[in-house]
This record gives sequence, structure tokens and C-alpha cells, in this order.
Amino acid sequence: MNYADLFRITLPETALEVAALLVLVVDLGFLRKAALRLRVAVAALLGMAGCGAAIWALFWSTGTGNVWGLGLANSHELLLVSTFYVGAAQTGILLLTAVTLTLLVGSDFTRHIGEYVAVVLMAAAGGLLVAGAQDLLVIFVGLELLSLGLYILTGFAKSSGKSAEAALKYYLFGGMSAAFLLFGFSYFYGLTGSTNLVKIQEAIAASGPSPLFYVAWILVVAGLGFKIAAVPFHLWAPDTYEGAPAPAAAFIASVSKVASFTLLISLSLAWLRPGEGSGAWPQLAGVLMVLAAASMIVGNLAALAQVSVRRLLAYSAIAHAGYMLLGIAFIHGNAGQSGPSDFSKAALTSTFSSANAVLYYILTYGLTTIGAFGVVDVVQRATGSDKLDAFLGLHKRNPVLAAVLLVLFLSLAGIPPLVGFWAKFNLFAAVLGVSAGPVPFVLVALAVAFSAVSLYYYLQVLKRAYVMPAVDESPIKAHPVTLAVLVLIAAAVVLLGCFPALLQGWIASFYPVL
Amino acid sequence: MLAFAIYLSFAGALVLALLPKGKNELARWLALAVAVAGLALAVQGFVAGMGQGRTVLVDLPWVPSMGIHFLLAADGISRVLVLLTGLAAVAGVLFSWNIEVRTNEFFAFFLALIGGVYGVFLSFDLFLLFVFYEIAIVPKYFLIAIWGSTRREYAAMKLALYSFAGSAMVLTGLLAAYTTAGSHSTGLVELAHAGLPVSFQMWCFPLVFTGFAILAGMWPFHTWAPTGHVAAPTAASMLLAGVVMKLGAYGCLRVAIALFPRGLDPWGFSYIGIGSWRDVFALLAVVGIVYGALVALVQTDFKFVIGYSSVSHMGFVLLGLMTLNQIGMTGAVLQMFSHGIIAGLLFAIVGRIVYERTHTRQLAELETMHLSRRLPFAAWAFVIAGMASMGLPGFSGFVAELQVLVGAWTAKPWWTIAAGVGIVVGVAYTWRAMQKAFFSDARPSAHELEAEHGHEFAAITWPEVTGVVMLTGVSLFVGLYPKILLDAIEPAVKALLAGGVQ
Repeated sequence: MNYADLFRITLPETALEVAALLVLVVDLGFLRKAALRLRVAVAALLGMAGCGAAIWALFWSTGTGNVWGLGLANSHELLLVSTFYVGAAQTGILLLTAVTLTLLVGSDFTRHIGEYVAVVLMAAAGGLLVAGAQDLLVIFVGLELLSLGLYILTGFAKSSGKSAEAALKYYLFGGMSAAFLLFGFSYFYGLTGSTNLVKIQEAIAASGPSPLFYVAWILVVAGLGFKIAAVPFHLWAPDTYEGAPAPAAAFIASVSKVASFTLLISLSLAWLRPGEGSGAWPQLAGVLMVLAAASMIVGNLAALAQVSVRRLLAYSAIAHAGYMLLGIAFIHGNAGQSGPSDFSKAALTSTFSSANAVLYYILTYGLTTIGAFGVVDVVQRATGSDKLDAFLGLHKRNPVLAAVLLVLFLSLAGIPPLVGFWAKFNLFAAVLGVSAGPVPFVLVALAVAFSAVSLYYYLQVLKRAYVMPAVDESPIKAHPVTLAVLVLIAAAVVLLGCFPALLQGWIASFYPVL
Repeated sequence: MLAFAIYLSFAGALVLALLPKGKNELARWLALAVAVAGLALAVQGFVAGMGQGRTVLVDLPWVPSMGIHFLLAADGISRVLVLLTGLAAVAGVLFSWNIEVRTNEFFAFFLALIGGVYGVFLSFDLFLLFVFYEIAIVPKYFLIAIWGSTRREYAAMKLALYSFAGSAMVLTGLLAAYTTAGSHSTGLVELAHAGLPVSFQMWCFPLVFTGFAILAGMWPFHTWAPTGHVAAPTAASMLLAGVVMKLGAYGCLRVAIALFPRGLDPWGFSYIGIGSWRDVFALLAVVGIVYGALVALVQTDFKFVIGYSSVSHMGFVLLGLMTLNQIGMTGAVLQMFSHGIIAGLLFAIVGRIVYERTHTRQLAELETMHLSRRLPFAAWAFVIAGMASMGLPGFSGFVAELQVLVGAWTAKPWWTIAAGVGIVVGVAYTWRAMQKAFFSDARPSAHELEAEHGHEFAAITWPEVTGVVMLTGVSLFVGLYPKILLDAIEPAVKALLAGGVQ
């Protein structure tokens, strides 16, 4: 590998960084005195253009075939990949980033819009690195780039005390988790003498797992558990979701989650292979199973008691992270696979069926939750509150917004024919499909049972929007662009739910034909 | 053609949801048109399907990678239940003619529910069936919570959570069956022929059966039914008792029994006479029959009487299914149809014709109103409906319950004896309600007569007359000439008993 190769692989990230600088220059240099609305429009459009350019760069660099060459033949020097599930995840990150930028329209939490968009784009670049990384150092650099951006975004509403409090909490928790992660990584390096995921796996398979290996794994899981807000590392999430400006909260809930889960998929695919002499699989996956079960239980039960819709979304996010962790824990199943031996497309997609299912889940969940934050933001700006009672009579005050809320929340609850149902079904079917035995079955049954519980709190919001009488019947105005975006998101949720094969086929299209 | 009943209902729901507010009359007629068109399609499908076995209506690959098909088909059982749904939909629209609040939304939810029900009865792919089954849950919630009465929000949430808990059990069973079969198909036929191991069927059968039976009102998971029925607006309680409870029973038959027949085998040991899941569920069914009837006997609220009678009558359906013989199961399917019609009629009389005029459902208050004189139409309609509900010969309920009892006698005589007690109590509670509400002995005082003159009840409207005539007519017709439905049901049940779904 030489620097030209490296430059080509990181072209999408470069595109995002260039766009970030461009936004800064345009906003600070030319639009200093312009109206805020114009500045928001220009910054958001430039940001979206940056995401578009990055997607193009992604396809271009994948299209040349070089990355794939780095992918298998040379896997010991691998820094980044952008094929397999990673390609879909990276494209998803860019698309979701663009969608969160549209939420900026009409928002007034800051005057420093250029800086905001620039930070979003840089964080997204960090997300791309995290998703594609195959080397501990790249992982850590990417995670820090992402996290630092998120801390800043959380605290961006400078006039709000809650925003500052949330940012500080997020930062302190995040700093600690980064320390855990780095500590774990240092053990891995110390144990194996390498920072490459595949090399580490080979070294461990050769020597057998030492107790230190388990310690290192738990430290890494703790660090990443923080990123995805798994119980017991979830304490930052409700405060951050509540305090952060809505576009930032949506970004944290979607893009950052996609990146972190893709990283977890990569780590689990590399290290959780059963039956390769390591014999460590049950214990390693067991850690994830415990986190998954705890997240499902705590997230769903705590959400029942919430009165703030944003906090409710935070706890529901914890519960959803639990479902997805289930997919990660059983990513290889207990059948003893040793990586792909057959490189046909069908065989590859079935080998990675759990990975694809988790990715499907997180992408559709990300889209739905961005929409949910969009609706909450509109209501919050009109009523000054994100409490459940702020949604009273929404169907009279703004029928379109209420309909969007209905679709999105029912999708989160997993009601067919919306995409949330299909994501759950696909994930659970993948888990049971790759692993037999009572343990995965009991965990899946637990997940299904708790998604029945979750219907209760989603209905609490919908009940106020549709059933209970309004206190104040004055209409809620939403910016036409915001409304259009929200309707499009709801339409996508319905459409992808009715035709689940579309997104499945799209993810599969990133699998190279050999 | 039958498949269009589904599409038409959903399209109607969408159009009604988008209809501008205030056009109540248009919304009603539109809903009626869609419901009648659905009924016409159902009748046409029933007539065209006479003498035929299973016919495939639509078969499109939906999710090819997982072997999920958009597979709609109909056999005799489906056709009968689709016919019931069509009738219930038309009657439901007729009896909600007086909805003035958010009319278009009401009918939108109503038709969405109907579309989901049609879908369940016509799906021959387990995944598709489940999707339609869940689609039916959400409209129920909103119908009750928005337009309901007594403790509506509590009842609606209880109903939604019970339904969702049941469907969670079904989903777990579905996932387990799909992955265990390993055939990469969710078609009911493929799964039935996948040779699922007996040990698997032994635990999956009760899981899935209970999941569906919750919606069928099986004791002790029936408590959503009376509260839900009472809180629901008339049309919704008609649908709940008329078709939604049948969804559960249909799922028990089509999914649980057809896919996991070996789950009904004896365990190999028995404890106080119970030696298989079949005994367990038959016992619960019998308890439901007797318990529902006894509780109905002491209710003070007219609608609760009907609500608990539904639990009792649905017990016959479940008992019929557990006989596992031709006559008992045929009776169970016929009872689904019969109870759907009769319960709809009873709820219409109590909830719409009587309640909308008297504004009370308390039997003690109705007793003082001398309704037989002031609302003769309601009184006579209830006499006929009550006779049908008691299972008098000449009505559909008689044939259905007789077949179930004969089937139960063949299987285990004591089931019949216990269920017979339920029938006797059934006569008693219907009689009691009828007498208290309509034919009380108390002579009106001169003072009361004077008060009555000031408050004449509103005249009976044409939708009410049409609905009552239609439902009683169907019950009477089926009671006098049951062969028309039995000819469709019997071959389908035989095929199902002979080895899963054919």
C-alpha cells in the first residue's frame, strides 16, 4: 500500500472535510451579514452536496476494484474496507447525515450555523472511518473524531442550560469510555503484537485465549457499549437526547449509532468466530448477550415511566440497541463457521445474514428516529415543551404531522406493514437461523415479549395526539420543507415495510461478485 | 376476485382518511359502498367456490431471500368467514350511521380493520397472515379509544396490549417454526409438510394456540373481551365480537392445529385426567362456556351481559376445535359464523337501538322504561336475537352448537355434559336480560306515563331496520338450510384433518 492508495480509499472522508471547510468559508466569509434563514439554507445545501460528493467518491473508489483487492488478498495490511456490509453502512451514514441536515431548516437554536454544519460533516467523516476501519488505531482515531463532534453538537444551543448540562455529561461519560476502549486496545496490542483485526484474531487462535484476552474484550465492549447506549453504559443517553438541539439529537441517535454498530459488526465478525481453537466464543458472545438482555429490559421498562417524549425516545433507543446486540452476539451462530469459503454472492450474503440484518435494522431505525425527532422538534418549538401533554390534540392542530407521528411510532413499535416490523422479523429470523439451541431462542422470545411491552409507551404518545381532547386547538405551523421531509420519511417507512426486499437487495448489492 | 375485497377495503380506508373534514354524509355513503362491494365480492367468491377445494388467488414472491410469498388463497373455511366479514362490515356501517364526530376517520379505521380481517382469512402464507393479523390491532385501539364509552381509554389499551401479547407469542412460534423447518418458506402448506419434530410441536403448539386463543376470548385470557366490548362504539363491538374474536379462533385452527398437529398427542402421562394439550385447552374452553354464562347471569349492565355471552359462545368454538373430529370442527367453524352474526345483532340492539335512545345500559334503569311498549321494534328484534343466541332450532346457533356437542360427546362425554350446563345457563341469562330490559312487570304509574309523553324516543331509522333484517335473515336462513355453509366447510375440515393444509 502506498499513499496514493490510501488517498483513494479515504476520498469520501476527504470530500466531507473539503465540504466542511467550504461551508465555513462561505458562511463566515461571504454570508456574515446575511439573514439567518439564507445562511441555514446555504449551509445545509452545501452540507448535503458534500454528502452527495462523498457518496459518489465511495462508489468511484469501490468501483475501481482496488479496495476489494486490499480486502482479501492483503488483509493483514488492511486499514479500511468499503465493501460488504460496510459499503451499505457508509452510504447509509452519508444519506442519514444529509437527512439530519434538513432538520436545520427553521430551527433557531444557534446563530453559528456554518460551524454547526462543519462539525456535523467532520463527525460524519469520523463515522465513515469507524464504519470501515479494520485496524485498532484507525478505529480509535475515527471514534474520537466522531465523539468530539458529537460533544460539540450537543452543547451547541448555548442559551440553553440543559444543552450545556447534557454536553458536559456526555463528554465526561464519553471520555471515560474512550479510556476503557484505549486500555482494552492496548491489551490486544500487547497480547498479539498487532493492531490489525485479522492478525489479532489469528494470534489468539494460535495461542489460545488467555485471561487477559477476556479482560481486554470486556474493556472494549464497555467502551463501545457507551457509544451505542447499551445498559449499563446508557446513563448519558436520556440527558443528551433531552438537552441537545433536535438536529444534533437526531444525528446522535442515527448516524453515530450506524457507525458504532457497523464497528461492532466488524469486531464481532473478526473475533467472535466459534470453533477455531480459541474456544472463547461462548464467553465473549455471552458478554454481549448479557448487555442485550439488560438493555431490552431496562430500556423498555424505564421508557414506560417517562413523561418527556425525548427521554422516551432515548430509552426506546436503548431497547432497540438491545435487540440489535442480540444480532451481534449471534453474528456467527454456534455452528462453527470459519469465514467465507464460497465466494458466490448468495453464499456471502447468507454468511453475513446476521450482519446484514443488524445493518438493516440500524439503517431503518436511524431513518425513523430522525423523523421522530423532527416531529418532536416542531411540536416543541410550537408549545415550548416536549412533554407528553404537548402532543394533546395534535391531529387537530396539524393533521399531517400527527399522521407522520403515527406511522413513525407504530414502526418503532414494530407493527406491520411498516419497516420496523420487518427489521425485527429479519433480525430475529437471522439470529434463530444461524444459531440453534435454547439460549438464542429464549433471548429472541424475550425480545419479542418486550416489543409487546413497548407498544404501551408508543401508544401513550399517539393517544395524546389522536384520542385525548386538545387543551389548545390553535394550529401548529411547520416549515414546508420540514413537513415535506417528514412526509417523505414516513412514506419511506411505509414503502420499505411493504417491499422489504428493496432494502435487502440494496445491501446485497454492495457484496462484490467474484 | 376475492382478493379485491382486501385491496378495496384498504383503498377505501385511505380515501376516507384523506377526505376533507365535515363531509360526513359522503363519508358514510362511501364506507357503505365499500362494505357492500366487499360483501358482493365475498358472496361472488362463495358462490363461485362452491364444490371447489383450495383455490389460489394471488401468488407473488414477496421476499425471495426468505421464501416469503404474497400468497392469497381460499378454501371452504376461508370463504365462509370472508362472507361473515362482509356481512359484519355492512351491518357495522349501517349501525354507525349516527357517528357525527370525526366521521371520516371513524370509517377509515373501520375499513382498515375490515381489510386486515379479510387479509387474515385469505392468507395462506404464515408471514402474510401474521402481518394482516397485526394490522387489525391498531384500528381497534383507536376505534375504542376515540369513539367509545365507559372507561374507553383503559379498555382500548387493555385490548391492544392483550392482542399484542398474543401476537408476540404467535410471532415467537412463527420464527421458531420457520427456522426449525429449515425449508426457507413461510407458506402454510410448506410448513405443514416440513416434518417438524414432535418434541418441537409439543411446545410450539401451546404457545401459538394460546397466542391466538387470547383473541378468541379463551378463559382465563378473556378479560379484555367484556371491557372492550362494553367500551367500544356499537360498530366496533359488533366487529370485535363478530369477526375479531374469530380471527383468534381461525388462527388456532389454521395455524396452531394445522401446522402442529402432533402437539395435540398425549403426553404419555396424565394428571387428574389431563393427559395432553388437547385436554388442557378443552378444559379451558368448557370453563369459559360455563363461567361466561354464569357471569352474564349476574350483570347489571346490559352490554356486559352480551360481552360475557360472547366469551361463553366462543368457548363452544374452542371446544369444537379440540374435539379433533369432523363433526365437532365443522360445528366450530359454523359456530364462528353463527356467533358472528348473532353477537353483531345483539350488540347492535343494545348499543345502538336501545342505548342511543335511553342513554343508559343499566338493566335496573331500563326496567322502569317499559321499552316493549315504547320501542316495540327493539323488543321484538331482541326476542328474535335472544332466541337465536340461546340456540333454539331454526337459528344458525342451534345447528352449530349441536354439532359441537355431538363432536364433544364422541371425544369425551363429560365435555358435553359441562357444556350443556352452559347452554341451560345461557337460556337463563338471555331470558333475564330480555325480561328486565323490555318486559318488566312493573306497571307504569300515571306520573311516569305523563313524563313519557314529553320524551318520545326518536323513530327507528332505515339503517337500523335494514341491519336487523339482514342479520336475522341470515341467521334464520342458515338455521333452516345449514347445508349451504356445511357443504363448503366440511370438505375443508376433512382436508385439514387428513394432514395439515392441503
